[in-house]
Amino acid sequence: MIRLPLVLVFSALLFSAGVYGVLARRNAVLVLMSIELMLNAVNVNLVGFSAALRSLTGQIFALFVIAVAAAEVGIGLAIVILLFRNRETINVDEVNLLKW
Amino acid sequence: MTAQEYAFTVLAVIGAIAAIAVVTARNVVHAALYLVVTLASVGGVYLVLSAEFVAWVQILIYVGAIVILFLFGLMLTKAPIGRDALDNEHQWVPMMVSGGVFAGLVFLIDRAFHLDSRARFAAFPAPTARVGDSLFRGFVLPFEAVSFLLLAALIGAVVLARKDEAK
Repeated sequence: MIRLPLVLVFSALLFSAGVYGVLARRNAVLVLMSIELMLNAVNVNLVGFSAALRSLTGQIFALFVIAVAAAEVGIGLAIVILLFRNRETINVDEVNLLKW
Repeated sequence: MTAQEYAFTVLAVIGAIAAIAVVTARNVVHAALYLVVTLASVGGVYLVLSAEFVAWVQILIYVGAIVILFLFGLMLTKAPIGRDALDNEHQWVPMMVSGGVFAGLVFLIDRAFHLDSRARFAAFPAPTARVGDSLFRGFVLPFEAVSFLLLAALIGAVVLARKDEAK
């Protein structure tokens, strides 16, 4: 027996920690870690609602989110390593080639 | 409070402290290790919510594979250590934005589900057999799409990270 708002507040806390990390960090790998925190917050919500509504669909979507997160990390780190090889830096505020 | 709520609260407090440590740590490797604590406690939360298959997938894929990828990324990019090198100069903007996001979310949760409500839901047992049954009965097309996405990501990562010898 568990109260749903507890789960949702935990998820909100994880999500806002992720938002803070994405905005405050300059290192691209740490930005990716913060994105993982936000994806985990979404998964906690999905599993919590799945248990509260007695339906398995939420858990299945959580599994899909985990798979997509794995793909995203693979591509993201490949881009970061390519960036480091070409520019000798992974500070996101020094990478501004596409900035108008 | 019920026993389940005590277990959830302990796991959630550990996970939240570790999540805040991830985004404030001065050492990048420490940040990755705090991320392990957060992900493991989220896995424990899934177990408390009796979503066992998602919990083991969380441990296997996040703690086992994704964190190792992050550590590889950190080792291969020689990240500098220290507050100035890792964080932006203006700390108060992200602080205010994330505080605002948290306050807004808690307000919405309170409006929708009432933080002080006594309504509890019982654990919904989801054994792996039922999850697999539901996955392959109702979600075959998304499942195939995800497998295609993983193949595309694999090829994309290889192409991106490969050294171009021809040029």
